[in-house]
Amino acid sequence: MSSLSGKTFTVLNYVFLAILGILCFYPFYFIIVYSLSDPKAVLSSPGYLFPKGFTLVNYETIFSQNDVLRPFFISVSRTLAGTALTLIGCAMFAYGLTKKATPMRKFMYVVLVFTMYISAGLIPGYLLIKELHMLNTFWVYIIPGMINAFFLILIKTFFEQLPAELEEAALIEGAGYFRIFWSLVVPLSKPILATIAIFAAVGQWNSWMDNLLYNSSQSLLTLQFMLLKFLQTQSYSMKDAAMMAALGQEAFNITPQSIRMAITVIVIFPVLAVYPFLQRYFVKGIMIGAVKG
Amino acid sequence: MNQPAAHAVDKRQTRSRTADWSRFRSVKLPLMLMTVPFFILVLVFAYVPIFGWIMAFQDYFPGKGMFTQPMVGFKHFERMFEDGEFYRALRNTLVLSFLGLIVSPAPMALALLLNEVRRKWFRKTIQIITSFPNFISWIIVFSIFFAFFSVEDGVINKLFLDLGIWKNPSNILADPNAAWIFQTLVGLWKGLGWGAIIYLAALAGIDQELYEAARVDGANRFREAWHISLPGMLPTFVVLFILGIGGMLNGGGFEQMFTFSNPMVVEKLDNLDTYVYRTGLQGIAFSYATAVGLAKSLVSILLLLGANAISKRINGSSVL
Repeated sequence: MSSLSGKTFTVLNYVFLAILGILCFYPFYFIIVYSLSDPKAVLSSPGYLFPKGFTLVNYETIFSQNDVLRPFFISVSRTLAGTALTLIGCAMFAYGLTKKATPMRKFMYVVLVFTMYISAGLIPGYLLIKELHMLNTFWVYIIPGMINAFFLILIKTFFEQLPAELEEAALIEGAGYFRIFWSLVVPLSKPILATIAIFAAVGQWNSWMDNLLYNSSQSLLTLQFMLLKFLQTQSYSMKDAAMMAALGQEAFNITPQSIRMAITVIVIFPVLAVYPFLQRYFVKGIMIGAVKG
Repeated sequence: MNQPAAHAVDKRQTRSRTADWSRFRSVKLPLMLMTVPFFILVLVFAYVPIFGWIMAFQDYFPGKGMFTQPMVGFKHFERMFEDGEFYRALRNTLVLSFLGLIVSPAPMALALLLNEVRRKWFRKTIQIITSFPNFISWIIVFSIFFAFFSVEDGVINKLFLDLGIWKNPSNILADPNAAWIFQTLVGLWKGLGWGAIIYLAALAGIDQELYEAARVDGANRFREAWHISLPGMLPTFVVLFILGIGGMLNGGGFEQMFTFSNPMVVEKLDNLDTYVYRTGLQGIAFSYATAVGLAKSLVSILLLLGANAISKRINGSSVL
């Protein structure tokens, strides 16, 4: 394409896409820069490209506060435990569903797929959790969402594409289904399991609605929800005094904005660090899902 | 003579009963252990709550059993139709969904533009950067937009005031008149890049020979896009559009509207989900909120089936 209009288009295209890229990239960059800047120095005018008065004081302050350490611990725990249990549960269930010998196989599958289309709603869900005595527990973050129809379908599709001869050979040699699952199928399924693990982990890390609905206890706060409460109380009133008091002598050096930025960075950091490298797993997962769904 | 035969039958039956049990133990039992416990989880957490819909027809008092509550028929549904805040939530929901549907072709446009980029590193980089916002929570989105647009210390305000471009700071996060458009743009910022990736996958599935044939016929890139690329993406768009119609009553979703809501803007951003949350869990009107939720679920299913049926009639494609 070497015509004038072709060249013009190409230039405009690159410019437009670059602007779009900046719009998506700069906010994160700015927040990181701000969080690494001296809080007082950036009050009047922030560093737009580089930290003003590079300092780690914001992060030091945060990590010395139990108010942040505990939610951080909760978020990490739920991400690890939730991803592990979801992966095991969905993979095992999917494997069982691929075997013709499994009783009620078709019925269970239909029931499962249906869950993607209907939802009982907020209130019945809340009352169920209440009846099960799962309010204000750590496990409410993990158990209700453990079996995810979307993940299961992806895994099942993958399993069904594995060559049947491998399993048949193992069965002939007398291996039981559990053995075959753990020693044969799982190692062969690393790609799809990795994809699901990433989806599940990101979902767990970003999750906060369950915190809002079911857990009111301070000790079960997730990092996301703690950040939300922090943002919303700061937004509409200058409650600086209360926050300063909570933070003690450090108060003279820091500002609410800097703390907000630093907490935000901590919350995004795991996903931000990992995303460029794992992006193709997300894409792969969706592509398999799209073909099947 | 019958004796030996009966004996033999007995032995065979005993042997096959033992064989049955051992086959059960080695085949059916492990498979059941692998599936039934998780199936029970699904039943408990996805289906049992549906029994809770009966609350919509009761005056629910916590503490008593679910099935011993006083039945009140359609009282709560009548209340729904008389509640001004319900209509407000419904209006907001429909407007936000409608705006969402209007911008839904945007990812297709981005996919087309990205497709025209020859330099692979540039295309991949833009893809990664623009699709990243899809994987952060709405709380982070709010934190970022707050950092930029807040009236007290938002970056945009500081910058424009310092440069003298503005005389007064803009309080867009608390501006009800801008709320609908602003939230639609926020949603676009979050979802555009990832949506484009989905469509790029569709574009990758188009037969390259079509493009070559078109070029031989002298088509330029715009023609190619219009006649080949766009139709190639259309099936995906139709599926997403139908699902979007089925999700009309989600109006932007609970998470977005909850995080961005504030007293100034709630009249425009309160959607059905946040309304149910407010009246049901904060206002403890369990039965009423269940009724609203029930109505929402039923209408959504009807919308999905309806849109699907129409699509089947028009071009034979179905989502379900």
